[in-house]
Amino acid sequence: MQFMLLFSRQGKLRLQKWYVPLCEKEKKKITRELVQTVLARKPKMCSFLEWRDLKVVYKRYASLYFCCAIEPPDNELITLEIIHRYVELLDKYFGSVCELDIIFNFEKAYFILDEFLLGGEAQETSKKNVLKAIEQADLLQENIDFQMRLFAGTVCRNTDTPA
Amino acid sequence: MSDVVEKTLTALPGLLSLDSQPGSTKLSSSSKLGNLIRGITELTSKHEEEKLIQLELTSIKEQVSSPNTSMRQMKELMVRAIYCEMLGYESSFSYIHAIKLAQQGTALEKRVGYLAVSLFLNESHELLLLLVNTVLKDLQSTNLIEVCMALTVVSQMFPKDMIPAILPLVEEKLNHPKEIIRRKAVLALYKFYLIAPNQVQHIHNKFRKALCDKDPGVMTASLHIYLQLIEENPEGYKDLTTSFVTILKQVVGGKLPMDFNYHSVPAPWLQIQLLRILCLLGKNDQSTSEIMYEVLDESLRRAEINHNITYAILFECVKCIYTIHPKSELLEKAAKCIGNFVLSPKINLKYLGLKALTYVVQQDPKLALQHQMTIIECLDHPDLIIKRETLELLFRITNAQNVTVIVDKMLEFLRVNKDDYTTIDLVGKVAELAEKYAPDNEWFIETMSTVFSVGGDTMQPDIPNSFLKLLSEGFDSMEEDRKLRLFAVDSYVSLLQEEPGKLPQRFLQVISWVLGEYSYLREDLEVDTVLRLLAKLLDMKTTSSETKSWVLMAMTKLCEGGAGVSVAREVSETYSSSLDTVLRQRAQELQHLSQDSEMRARVLPRNAGLDPLEVDSSLSFLDGFVSEALAAGAAPYKPPHQRQEELAQAKALSLEPYGLSLPISMSSCCITDRQSPTLLSISSGLSGNSNDLSYRGGLKLDGVKRVWGREGYLAQREPVEESAHVEVPSPLRSPSQQGGAGGSHSHTPTHTPTPEPELEKQQLASSLFVGLASQSSVCLMGKSEPTPQRFRRKANSPASSSAASEKQSNSMVSAPSTVDNLMFNNLLDSHITSEPAVSSLEQTPQLSQGLVAANGSCDEELPDSDVNGSSPSLIGDDPVVAAELAPHEEPPKDLLLSSCLPAELSGLSHSEITPLCSDQILDLSACHVQKEDALVLVVFIYNSSDSDIQQILLELDSEELEVSCESDSAVQEATGHSVAVCQYSLSVKRPSVHVELVGMVSYQFPVGTPQSVQFSYKLPLSSFIRPMTVSTEEYGTMWLDFSHDTKQNLTLISDDQEPLTATLSVLKKKLQLHVVEIIGMEGIVACRLLQDQPCLMHCRMHAGTMAVWLRSPVPDLPDCLMYFCQRALQEH
Repeated sequence: MQFMLLFSRQGKLRLQKWYVPLCEKEKKKITRELVQTVLARKPKMCSFLEWRDLKVVYKRYASLYFCCAIEPPDNELITLEIIHRYVELLDKYFGSVCELDIIFNFEKAYFILDEFLLGGEAQETSKKNVLKAIEQADLLQENIDFQMRLFAGTVCRNTDTPA
Repeated sequence: MSDVVEKTLTALPGLLSLDSQPGSTKLSSSSKLGNLIRGITELTSKHEEEKLIQLELTSIKEQVSSPNTSMRQMKELMVRAIYCEMLGYESSFSYIHAIKLAQQGTALEKRVGYLAVSLFLNESHELLLLLVNTVLKDLQSTNLIEVCMALTVVSQMFPKDMIPAILPLVEEKLNHPKEIIRRKAVLALYKFYLIAPNQVQHIHNKFRKALCDKDPGVMTASLHIYLQLIEENPEGYKDLTTSFVTILKQVVGGKLPMDFNYHSVPAPWLQIQLLRILCLLGKNDQSTSEIMYEVLDESLRRAEINHNITYAILFECVKCIYTIHPKSELLEKAAKCIGNFVLSPKINLKYLGLKALTYVVQQDPKLALQHQMTIIECLDHPDLIIKRETLELLFRITNAQNVTVIVDKMLEFLRVNKDDYTTIDLVGKVAELAEKYAPDNEWFIETMSTVFSVGGDTMQPDIPNSFLKLLSEGFDSMEEDRKLRLFAVDSYVSLLQEEPGKLPQRFLQVISWVLGEYSYLREDLEVDTVLRLLAKLLDMKTTSSETKSWVLMAMTKLCEGGAGVSVAREVSETYSSSLDTVLRQRAQELQHLSQDSEMRARVLPRNAGLDPLEVDSSLSFLDGFVSEALAAGAAPYKPPHQRQEELAQAKALSLEPYGLSLPISMSSCCITDRQSPTLLSISSGLSGNSNDLSYRGGLKLDGVKRVWGREGYLAQREPVEESAHVEVPSPLRSPSQQGGAGGSHSHTPTHTPTPEPELEKQQLASSLFVGLASQSSVCLMGKSEPTPQRFRRKANSPASSSAASEKQSNSMVSAPSTVDNLMFNNLLDSHITSEPAVSSLEQTPQLSQGLVAANGSCDEELPDSDVNGSSPSLIGDDPVVAAELAPHEEPPKDLLLSSCLPAELSGLSHSEITPLCSDQILDLSACHVQKEDALVLVVFIYNSSDSDIQQILLELDSEELEVSCESDSAVQEATGHSVAVCQYSLSVKRPSVHVELVGMVSYQFPVGTPQSVQFSYKLPLSSFIRPMTVSTEEYGTMWLDFSHDTKQNLTLISDDQEPLTATLSVLKKKLQLHVVEIIGMEGIVACRLLQDQPCLMHCRMHAGTMAVWLRSPVPDLPDCLMYFCQRALQEH
């Protein structure tokens, strides 16, 4: 996979992940062109596009478009299912996901994506395993937060007592 | 479940301002990011958004650089920076802080830091180097999460050069007890393999271990590497076939944990990956294919649920079955599968069905026949993507019978298509089909006209080039040629009479050329009419100056006495003051040639019956002119790049030594013909529009041949420059032609109103799929098959006709270049009337002919490669060969003479002994001998009389050479029937491709008056070239010191070994160069001109040719040497 874009029906970019090194200008150009092309397509049309020398696979979920660019020999249908699996993962993580979840917690959406796809290839296709990895990281964060609070509290008490 | 998602999502767009909704409990609504996002959604204009974001960025910038900001705050700031970047606002100031955050933060902060890094930077960014230490530390961490983060970022991007620093740590992780770590390590290695394959070569056996990992996730990850490895070298991994088959069997049989199921299909991603690997392994390998038949059959059988994922697997299966060694049972099942795809009401599946058909139709054209009705329906599908794929399929099944219908469909699509990329691709395909299968002249011209109008100026330049080449080369029958050209003229004249303003520039150029060349074929057509039509083009605002120069060229060819002259005068007056130098030159040509029909007939001869003109690419016939100009005080020529360099050097002294990498200008240098010291410089300086030069160059045979090989059209992608110029050149089709062109394409459904659509479709089907059923394997993959190609075949098959066509095309090519030469002279002094022009015209061909003759067989001339023995080394590496060959090849007298060679020279290779002059008494011959440090001219004076002759005085003189006598005295004596030998050592004063000596021998017969005979001797400069041994470093320092240089692209020799090495060894052998070093695609070579005048050569392989750059302190030496290199490679 070359890149993945998430954008809204209004054409606002919500998430972008590039697996090929491109300069900012090129990225912007591609994004603009693709968003336009995809938004112009009618709902009954094919989910695949030939675009430059790439294949673009897109799918719309409610107000969000998920859009992946793959190389010609890649399988379009499986890419469609990659998108779907990602939506499933988001859904499971956020508990019936909505666009707002992705807007306000986009870094989480990125973390999930990174556990699912790595360097443009499907890394882990088991839903359970992906979520386990994310939860572990989240858990660690909570533990640290807890310890921090504990630590901060101790310091406070220590400074408090003499006074 | 996705339904649930959709429901929730559809309900939400209105919720942006409401925070109390259940779905938004996790929203950090009070956070600064939340505020920012909400702020943005409330804005109405792009301008306001810009202002808000700039404000936000300023505040972020302030805070990140403040020392009091905690890592926790930093995390928050980074998230906001990421958000701003996503909206398209640059926040490069935060990049360094992202790296800092990854380094110093804890857990989630670090995670955000890494995320920001992976989003902000790409793998070539220099800041990434700062991340290496952090990654190194985290890889060694005992905290699994930190190790995971490090591996995640490494698998996405890592500086190539720093891989060795972390490679051992990543390798170690392959044995980690946690599967998630092992998996990520495998993917990191996959990334390394992609960016630096040689770095991970040594751990291939570890990949095997990963393949056998007990965790399916790790095993799946390792397949990415294997797919890549096998793609590059299928032979090396055949032994793994059984393992892959076993794995696939287990997966298909449901042996994996349920976790890996996706919509109750077991591990589909894994299945597809395995199928792709098997496909690569089984290709062209029967025994390997046999191992996988069973599992493929099972995969087909098991995939029965009606879900996308099943179809994805099926599609991959079908592709595999059609790629590996065929098995009829499986093929049958696969064909059924494709049928299901094609017939599916789901549009995505239909698309894939067409794609599969396109893939398969090469092997099984009947399959397309089965689905013809569906294909017809898809042709009229509202979705352009489906249409496009259908056309792709039709392109593959085109043959001579259905070409008109298919091309019609393609053109129809082109007229509505808006996408440049597709237009360029399709236009190329139409042109290819038209050239291959055109049923008749009219159709061909019409189709090409449409191609030119629709393809506009975005299409590949080879299309018009090869079209013109085809037209000018002609075919077997002269009558056919005439008809084709006549038709072209007819249709172009009528096009110009309508609305030429709508035609693209490229098309106008084609039209002008054709009219200029062939309008004489139509006898009823007044030259005047054509001239006026062309003049109209010049007046249009839209006409580019490149096109104008084509038009002027055409007018120059046409203007012929009478009315033509007045038009010509008018036009040339307008443009002779044009700011565009090329136009000015063309106008001058027009002016002079229109007034002098005799000269015009010589310069621009009509197509028929012209001897091939040999182009003297070295332009050495101008040497005299150059030397005169130099003597008159003209500055010696410096190529533009050199001038630039000097300019740059004048500004700042470059202290950079010559490294192994090459200056960029090298690769972009693509002047295909030799640059002579003076002429091209001036003419290229004049034609400020370099486009024009290269474009006309494209008409030449060698330029065209590269693209249109014997195999047909080798497509090249060109970047899109301008938007498509979509147009419909319908006027072309006059009623009579419509009838003549055959009914086949007049009954396509779109053309006639259809009372019975089904019937129409049937008809279309019969015209589309004609020829498929009967000849099952013919005409499918246009590219490799040997079917008759209407135009190509005729031009190529019989030797005689190809020679004839060569002639014609040569004349076509050379005509303008002669004009160039001529006009160049004129332009130098624009006051001169046509009189001196005529004289120079007369001179030019004579000079060049003289040179051609000299190059060939003139007596005094020594063909440069005729040095006896032609041994690569100087000091007679194999004098034996020379000695042995001599008796056979040399006539007795020569044998006699060669035996007279002085003893110290006899072991060395010498040129053929050539007679210089003779009278009744003396017979002079000469040869030159190549010594390591000198070139010795040996003159043999044979006294054929009986009496002795004394006082033979030999005087030699040369403009280019320094001659010194090596014998004790210049005066010789020769007894009757004996040979006197004089030796002269020669060195070059002024390099020139050929150097000439004039001499006079005077003697006195014992009784009688003094006699004298004059002679001349010519020898190639290459005899003075010797290898020069230098080291790469010395070469580097010398390179920068030398001021004279030349660049040119030469053809590579493609023997079985590496082409650069092969080419350089040919040069080394033929020209005695010293190859200093070959590094990858580049090679450096050094030689010297006797005595010690160095010349350095830099070669680089570039796009199938060798870009050669020669430098020397001696003026003209690089040019001369380039000439010899070119010759040496041509002769090879």
